[in-house]
Amino acid sequence: MSNDKSSSIIKPTSKDVTFIIKRSNGPGFSSYWEEFQIPYYPNMNVVGALMEIQKNPVNGKGEQTTPVTWECNCLEEVCGACTMIINGKARQACSALVDKLTQPIRLAPLTKFPLVKDLVVDRRVMFDNLRKVKAWIKIDGTYDMGPGPKIPPQVQEYTYELSKCMTCGTCAESCPNVNEKSKFIGPAAIAQVDLVNSHPTGALMKEERLEALMGEGGIAECGNAQNCAKACPKGIPLTRSIARVNRQTSVYGIRSWLNR
Amino acid sequence: MAEKIIIVGGGLAGLMAAIKIAESGAKVDLFSMVPCKRSHSVCAQGGINAAVNTKGEGDSTWEHFDDTIYGGDFLANQTPVRSMIEAAPKIIDLMDRMGVTFNRTPEGFIDVRRLGGAKYSRTVFAGATTGQQLIYALDDQVRRYEDEGLVSRYEEWEFISIVQDDEERCRGIVVQDLKSLEVKVFPADAVILATGGLGMIFGRSTNSTINTGFAQSSVYQQGAIYANGEFIQIHPSAIPGRDKLRLMSESIRGDGGRVWVYKDGKPWYFLEEWYPAYGNMVPRDIATRAIFKVCVDMKLGVDKENKVYLDISHLDPQDIKRKLSGVVDIYEKFVGVDPRKVPMQTFPAVHYSMGGLWVDYNQMTNISGLFAAGECEYQYHGANRLGGNSLVAAMYAGMVAGPKALEYAKGLPRSSAELSSTLFETARRKEEEKTEEIFNRQGKENPYQLHQELGEWMLENVTVVRYNDRLWATDEKILELQERFHKIGVGNSPKCGNQIVPFTRRLWGMLSLSRVITLGALHRNESRGAHYKPEYPERDDENWLKTTKAEYTPDGPRFSYEPVEMSFIKPRQRRYDVAKEVTMQNVK
Repeated sequence: MSNDKSSSIIKPTSKDVTFIIKRSNGPGFSSYWEEFQIPYYPNMNVVGALMEIQKNPVNGKGEQTTPVTWECNCLEEVCGACTMIINGKARQACSALVDKLTQPIRLAPLTKFPLVKDLVVDRRVMFDNLRKVKAWIKIDGTYDMGPGPKIPPQVQEYTYELSKCMTCGTCAESCPNVNEKSKFIGPAAIAQVDLVNSHPTGALMKEERLEALMGEGGIAECGNAQNCAKACPKGIPLTRSIARVNRQTSVYGIRSWLNR
Repeated sequence: MAEKIIIVGGGLAGLMAAIKIAESGAKVDLFSMVPCKRSHSVCAQGGINAAVNTKGEGDSTWEHFDDTIYGGDFLANQTPVRSMIEAAPKIIDLMDRMGVTFNRTPEGFIDVRRLGGAKYSRTVFAGATTGQQLIYALDDQVRRYEDEGLVSRYEEWEFISIVQDDEERCRGIVVQDLKSLEVKVFPADAVILATGGLGMIFGRSTNSTINTGFAQSSVYQQGAIYANGEFIQIHPSAIPGRDKLRLMSESIRGDGGRVWVYKDGKPWYFLEEWYPAYGNMVPRDIATRAIFKVCVDMKLGVDKENKVYLDISHLDPQDIKRKLSGVVDIYEKFVGVDPRKVPMQTFPAVHYSMGGLWVDYNQMTNISGLFAAGECEYQYHGANRLGGNSLVAAMYAGMVAGPKALEYAKGLPRSSAELSSTLFETARRKEEEKTEEIFNRQGKENPYQLHQELGEWMLENVTVVRYNDRLWATDEKILELQERFHKIGVGNSPKCGNQIVPFTRRLWGMLSLSRVITLGALHRNESRGAHYKPEYPERDDENWLKTTKAEYTPDGPRFSYEPVEMSFIKPRQRRYDVAKEVTMQNVK
């Protein structure tokens, strides 16, 4: 950086919000922190601040820089896209309101997934995991066969909570057992097994799903840290799901042993 | 040779089409800008309409059909709407079998709620996140077919344009990998666009950031006809934000929420007073105009701003938890106030495009082999869409488009695999060169700022109330922005993960389509559904009961009009202050 830019340094005003953003051009490139001063407005959220940087990509030193790359879509915390680490905590940038955050606000990409660029990571593994555990209900076909089985409202109220999982990765990020050295599938996929296994038709394929969770990287690798349920932005009872599925795998394990 | 179908878009319409095609054993390449589970369908809240008549209210598919045609101010072709309405209860059964966690009655049946423009409870729902639950179920089914090798997913790839052969048939697509920015071409025997809405043209709306209408705009510029573009739905209730206008579901009113402002120091429930027959359950265009009148003309908005109260503080907290927690949580998270205790403050926001690509009853556009389904096409809502009808329309259109695209592909004299590779390579190179050209732009204009200007103009002049002089000025402004577009600078971000270059391309698409919307509105000198001109306050069936069709020319859209098909119901005056008159089903 040249030294003669001091005259163009933008002095933060009390109405500016300071962001310190971890940046990188991707795997193989070094990462660095870049500071930005964003003019404050009421009800500002982290996504709003990143949008301001797009419109005017100038850093805290007043230098022209490249706009920060990040993911977002729905901006109302139902799509899961804008998940990142904000002041040390994995959460959605859309629902992170500046007024409720300590400044300077530090943004960094999730650490449990391969980095793409700046704040973007590749969470494909989460979708692959859903495929691994066969998280679908095998219907005979889409032709008209009348209604599905009746479901008691109490069951619906429980499964609805599980079905709100937006595959954001917050649970995996918070889980000490999801790391480079382990193959642990993580809490989200296990909760989806609980969801599908709780459905009368889904239960018909229960064993296949349990088997997928009984091998390497399966449910046994949960260390019961219980961070996931606390971290989940949708309040999904992940630990309860893990316990339920764990019970199912134990019963299934004993049964298959007895039937050998 | 096995047929290959390409689907662009992984929302409800695209996923349903994929399932239908894979189920019959054919192969699908499915492209989506975002992982399908993050598609905009997740934002649908209130529910999905079907005349299931489980509350003993005497609902019927005829009533649902009549409400939809009446609610759309008679602009929709009636045959496809009728087919959709009749399929709706079966679609509910299907989604139920796929395991969607619909709310239940105490006995375990699927529960229903009421939405606007209807006298019956016919909206099936999963809390207030119905779209999310539906799309997850379809995504699960597609994953199953992926596992069986029938569906290949290309997520985080963006559609750029179609490939057309000498006979102008659609033969494939050119796409860009949004991570590497590599441009590739994929041949197919038929292509289905299921690319959703275009709210981003208005800068801020209830839509997700991917909803730029780019795919529609691109094929429009390649010769596809765009229909009824001027019909844009403004939802009566959203919460303002500088990044987004967050939807507050119509189901809030459906489940008992009341809209009011202070007048002479007392709460004034103006919808209930003005529309005694429907009250808070009037359709969206009616509610939005009433709110506009109260806030702008009468200056009675909350804090003198364009806001009204949406009140659920009188409702049973348990009921709120069971049915509305999804939206109530959004309000609480983004506004920081608990709606169970303090009335919400909401205001109208751009929400949905009734207009879209012109399609025939097989969902095929005027370009052979190019199909469209979902919000990107125009077929099911006329001049105003009823709450709860978008989800059913998206899935039904996907159910039609999938098999029809396959049927078309099977009937082709030559499959795309037999065509010369030069055709595809030429198309690919053309788009690659265009991308390179954007990379080289180093002018002074910032695409995000131009987008903001476009949005401000569109929002101000082409939404609730439209005046011809302002529409004219808006088109002038769009032309100016198109000029300035050529002076854009994209900086020097490296190629990998670059977001500004694809956004710049989308901006051109938005500018082109915004002219179709604005000029379509300028020409239509009447008021119908969501399109309202104080200078022409009445519906004019004699001159304007017709579908707008826009064709691209380098000098701007060329408009023509076609008559509306009305095989079942004759147009009648649309009003919501009194009960809708009964129509008889006349079997033809």
